[in-house]
Amino acid sequence: MTEKIIIAGAGGQGIMLLGKVLAEGAMREGKYVTWLPSYGAEVRGGTAHCMVIISDEPIGSPYIDKADTLIIMNAPSLNKFRDRIKNKGLLIVNSSLAPEAGVASEGRHILRCPFTDLALKMGNIKIANMIALGCFIGKKKTVNSRSLLEVIGSIAPEHKKGLIEINQKALEEGMELGG
Amino acid sequence: MKSKSRQKEIKKILMTGNEAIAQGAIDAGCRFYAGYPITPQNELTAYMARCMPDSGGVFVQSESEVAAINMVFGASCAGARSMTSSSSPGISLKQEGISYIAGAELPAVVVNIMRGGPGLGNIWPSQSDYFQATRGGGHGDYHSIVLAPSSVQEAYDLMFLAFDLADNYRNPVMVLGDGILGQMMEPLQVTSHKSQVTGQKAVVCLPIGKATSQKTWALTGCEGRNPNIIKSFRMKEGDLEKLNLALQKKYKAIRQKEARFESLFLEDAKIIIVAYGTMARIAKGAVGMLRAKGKKAGLLRPITLWPFPEKVFKDLQARNSKLKTLLVTEMSYGQMLEDVKLALDGKLKVEFLGRAGGGVPTEEDIIRKAGKIL
Repeated sequence: MTEKIIIAGAGGQGIMLLGKVLAEGAMREGKYVTWLPSYGAEVRGGTAHCMVIISDEPIGSPYIDKADTLIIMNAPSLNKFRDRIKNKGLLIVNSSLAPEAGVASEGRHILRCPFTDLALKMGNIKIANMIALGCFIGKKKTVNSRSLLEVIGSIAPEHKKGLIEINQKALEEGMELGG
Repeated sequence: MKSKSRQKEIKKILMTGNEAIAQGAIDAGCRFYAGYPITPQNELTAYMARCMPDSGGVFVQSESEVAAINMVFGASCAGARSMTSSSSPGISLKQEGISYIAGAELPAVVVNIMRGGPGLGNIWPSQSDYFQATRGGGHGDYHSIVLAPSSVQEAYDLMFLAFDLADNYRNPVMVLGDGILGQMMEPLQVTSHKSQVTGQKAVVCLPIGKATSQKTWALTGCEGRNPNIIKSFRMKEGDLEKLNLALQKKYKAIRQKEARFESLFLEDAKIIIVAYGTMARIAKGAVGMLRAKGKKAGLLRPITLWPFPEKVFKDLQARNSKLKTLLVTEMSYGQMLEDVKLALDGKLKVEFLGRAGGGVPTEEDIIRKAGKIL
């Protein structure tokens, strides 16, 4: 099994964190994993992306040309990465911020979910990333949800412990969308 | 399942290559770090700023790259395991200091997380500093030992070797990575230090007034002994030639003993892909994909770029008569390529695939090129 995922959105949407939680969850399950960020002159409000590869075998290139799964959190990222998906790949789109998926659906599975609206409804716009992550693993089951809940529980610094529960709930909410 | 058995292994942490190099240096006994920020190696400097004081060492954010390498010169004179890091343009600035360190026969570790050049270039991954790293870089007839990790784990592991080789040969050691290696995260298993060269416990830092048998040359205050002198300025007739001859003798010993490489399928390959660092892991992926299609590809990955592992190249033909071509691939327009050709001495066909200035050859590019050759 090798799963190549590109995650893209706006700076400040927690794109890197989404990738890190996924990567660390995979590591805890004993899988090989690489996480490669976009590290240019990124600014809040600009686009940001990271590439995560999860595999049972050692990983060659950490760079992804065509992804198995594309997780898109805003419209500019959709424009930038729309062609970077394999035939029969999975496209997960945050329909709150990228309402027109604008990608031919033949040969691709598309999941359109309003992650940002759902996050607002749960009371914190910042958890849209965890809902999207939940949606991905609910659909693909690449990593066990228990591992990810553990990671969320362990990576929050002391003064942010209060945020663990809502992020874990967000992950679970997302899993229902994907599953 | 394979992954199940791995669950029982010692706990791993997810880390960037830059952070792994910093942690590896600290675990290998580095107790002095000076550096000036530059992308894509900033996480290394930041990690040192955060962790070096708690490890009982010294962290200095210097006013320039030139200052940093000269601070390393000073700390090394005093007997500390010392290091600086930068990225390509910053490493160019350090060259004078590296030459002085080589001339004064001091141990020091310099990390170069390469970015695109020439000039200020850009911040994307590159391997265009190979010539600079392996041919000395600064003025004078000298060599740095050059190590090229290709994973986060290896970046950590090679720091132990880097400091050991620096101390053993009293010579600068360069660890050569690129933006991808520095920025990417992979699981890392932290180990405890055992000298890979001597098996002895390394001298980390000498307290004032206490020279040990391992660093008798260090400047620790000369109470109870004659003063030690460390310098690279040798005006007396014949002195500098004597130093050069001693250096050449040292380099010969390093060439004989310290060349390291990794290889795959050398015995039956019809084509061998040659690559180092990040390009080697991309090449390894390509070799796996070619093998899956029944194409007999192999891999040769130099781990030491200087000394270059010449012998394995010279022996290739005798080991495998079916081998026709080597395909060298780099994030440059052909620098290690020259060492491969020198080692082969015209005996096998050598092809090249390279990009630079931010471009990275992909697994598919390598497979396409290999397919044409086969």
